[in-house]
Amino acid sequence: MKDSISISEMLELKKFSFKMRIIKINGVLISKEKYDSTLIHSGDNVQMLYLMSGG
Amino acid sequence: MPLAFPLLRPELMENGSVFSIHLIKFRIVSIFIIIKTGTMKFSEIRSHLSKFRVGIAGAGGLGSNCAVALARSGVGTLVLSDFDIIEEPNLNRQYYFLDQVGMMKTDALKENIARINPDVIVIAHQLHLESQNIPEIFKGCDVIVEAFDKSEMKEMLIETVQLKMKGIPLVIGSGMAGWGNSESVRCRKIDNTLIVCGDESSEVSENLPPLAPRVGMVANMQANVVIEILMNLKR
Repeated sequence: MKDSISISEMLELKKFSFKMRIIKINGVLISKEKYDSTLIHSGDNVQMLYLMSGG
Repeated sequence: MPLAFPLLRPELMENGSVFSIHLIKFRIVSIFIIIKTGTMKFSEIRSHLSKFRVGIAGAGGLGSNCAVALARSGVGTLVLSDFDIIEEPNLNRQYYFLDQVGMMKTDALKENIARINPDVIVIAHQLHLESQNIPEIFKGCDVIVEAFDKSEMKEMLIETVQLKMKGIPLVIGSGMAGWGNSESVRCRKIDNTLIVCGDESSEVSENLPPLAPRVGMVANMQANVVIEILMNLKR
């Protein structure tokens, strides 16, 4: 079993397909371009927020 | 009289006393909430809020209503930013008037705020906000309100503020399309620098347009969060 996966892999695994989102890992926002290169480790706090159009 | 008889049954009397204990608990909780949120005269609240500066990104449904709520409460300085002019369909939810159609939103909002509370200093920027100019435009703001309509713009602002203006609280709106479902509109604190207001699920479309009540609910909820943050800041 791997002890870390990238954000892109996590999104794939969880089947999170809605594209407009914000992801924070341990309180730090990760920009979209870094989803492939940023690793999530066991025990990390991953927060996700969906952004809906309208205002 | 079979109907009157059950009232004398001991288990029902016991239920009655349990119920009154719940009432007492409820009263204690209410008193606690009042203490927790603090009590203050409006003159004191206004005087405290006058020391702060709030940035509002966008002057549409969220921005115009949020700005007016903050101006009424007495926030000292509002930094507004929008590139658009008022069009008639905007009037279904935005804080503008029919005779203002065609005006720049920032000019009209500045005018409306001055008519409500002339003590508020309004700094209005007519431009497209982008990651390059956001830190400069909202420099010195104690809190920033995200009030865009397009989700791509929301994303750009959140990324910029969270990465380039670290520590500045950002209050965003997400999910306010349609009508009804009042109970689904809520406020969620991701952390001290990111708070989201809205139902986080309804997306505006041609058949699910934004309407005054739900947009206004979210805009005023954002203003309420801003005031909560500012009331907890010492100055």
